[in-house]
Amino acid sequence: MTLRPDLAAIADAVPAGARVLDIGCGDGALLAHLRDTKGVDARGIDVAATNVASAVARGLSVVQGDADADLADYPAGAFDMAILSDTLQAMQHPAAVLAELVRIGKRCVVSFPNFGHWRVRASLALGGRMPVTRSLPVSWHETANIHFCTVDDFRALAVDLGLHVESAVFLSGGRRRGAAFANLFAEQAVFVLSR
Amino acid sequence: MPASLLAPDDQRFGLDRRAMLPGPFALLSGQSLSVLEIGYETYGRLNADASNAILICHALTGDQHVASLNPRTGKPGWWPRLVGPGLPIDPERHFIIASNVLGGCSGSSGPGSIDPATGQRYAMHFPVITIRDMVRAQALLLDHLGVGVLQAVVGGSMGGMQALDWAVAFPDRVRSVVAIASAARHSAQNIAFHEVGRQAIMADPNWAGGDYPVDRPPAAGLAVARMAAHITYLSEEGLTAKFGRRLQNREALGFGFDAEFQVESYLRHQGLAFTERFDANSYLYITRALDYFDLAAPHGGQLALAFAGTRTRFAVISFTSDWLYPTAESRRVVRALNAAGAAVSFVELESPFGHDAFLLEAPEMNRVVDGFLRAGS
Repeated sequence: MTLRPDLAAIADAVPAGARVLDIGCGDGALLAHLRDTKGVDARGIDVAATNVASAVARGLSVVQGDADADLADYPAGAFDMAILSDTLQAMQHPAAVLAELVRIGKRCVVSFPNFGHWRVRASLALGGRMPVTRSLPVSWHETANIHFCTVDDFRALAVDLGLHVESAVFLSGGRRRGAAFANLFAEQAVFVLSR
Repeated sequence: MPASLLAPDDQRFGLDRRAMLPGPFALLSGQSLSVLEIGYETYGRLNADASNAILICHALTGDQHVASLNPRTGKPGWWPRLVGPGLPIDPERHFIIASNVLGGCSGSSGPGSIDPATGQRYAMHFPVITIRDMVRAQALLLDHLGVGVLQAVVGGSMGGMQALDWAVAFPDRVRSVVAIASAARHSAQNIAFHEVGRQAIMADPNWAGGDYPVDRPPAAGLAVARMAAHITYLSEEGLTAKFGRRLQNREALGFGFDAEFQVESYLRHQGLAFTERFDANSYLYITRALDYFDLAAPHGGQLALAFAGTRTRFAVISFTSDWLYPTAESRRVVRALNAAGAAVSFVELESPFGHDAFLLEAPEMNRVVDGFLRAGS
């Protein structure tokens, strides 16, 4: 099975045999991949009942819940790696969720669409309209994304929260690219953080 | 594994069985039963490494006839949508055990049984029992059947409570638990509704302190108990859709107290039909056992401690319109299991049918249970 490039970048950050919590795990594709290829102890949370049913049908341990509300239930350090893929921007309280992530997980990996990408900037600056792009395909009034940030915004928040950036991967058009000018040229970013 | 398990003529296996297990059987109350009788049935065969046994636990007024005709009522099994060939719990793949709970009236020791000490029915001399006592009786039945470790314990409502309690009482004997439309404790509201039912039975002059003749039971009281309980199994939305304010066999209000509304007629029928198949004293004892149920109580109210160190996998399922054991109670269980580091899955499924949803057509429930059981097999 081939994973989406951003999920593959996340999978690369997960060590074999780790205890993993995937927050916003969807139908469990990433977790099933991690379980099958890296032998991780895979757990997940997703807000949608149909997603949870699909993930459980794959044999995964997945709980229906809301990252904004339900992460407090997990004990500190319960997981080696907490994953938040393409979900941070849909959270009511992104900073609080990040803080929970590094409390629950010894490390965490966070991916998000970069709102600083030049297409986004161009759409706003030249078109005067909210961007609808490859990585942000839904119009402003229908999207679940309520808290966009740029790569630089995210780095600043990590500093504010006292988090250590262990590594970062940037993607454009499904390909990895260097960190140089990532805030302008990366469509997606994948950060590995620890306390 | 004993060779007899594979013998097709072993009388321990099959439909509508009875086991008479020698006592004394000590109860949580401190009292004991000198002999323990259990009505049960089994489906399918235990496999070579004895890894496919599934225990199904029934709800308050259920019985052991989960997937076969009830020989006393002639009605089909009560969980035909989940248990049967090609279904998530499948006699082709699983060795399925279902027993009547301790205190019940379908073949297991209960207030209707004969007390060996007196030769009379126990009636209200039967000791008060608990969910844990039911579970321990089931464990003795499994010993009798030669089943050590269960692949799963599965139950809805009170059956789900037994399933959860199995993981607490016998953590090494159960690999996975499926608890549907259930809870880890009885709430004040749950207890309140049960008390209405018990008082209705006890207020019936025929109850006579529990010493009613078999042919003259407190049917009116038991029927009212069932009517009150039945409301809690449905939802307002479901009642409105099914009955609304429609009248029964009449065009206009009658200005009297007959069952003028369809919903009245329906409830009266449900109450009456129930008295044909259930014993009033059993109803008192089993509702009491439910009211006493609180898995967190022995741990200072901290439910997570009840599951500390568990290696059992859990699947918890609730339904949106269930107000008897609402989603919040399932979430409480899930929270505790997460805190205990247990492998837990949880989903709240959409249904307009209230608590009874777990007994009805629920394709998503089947998908979850099937996936969960296959992953653990």
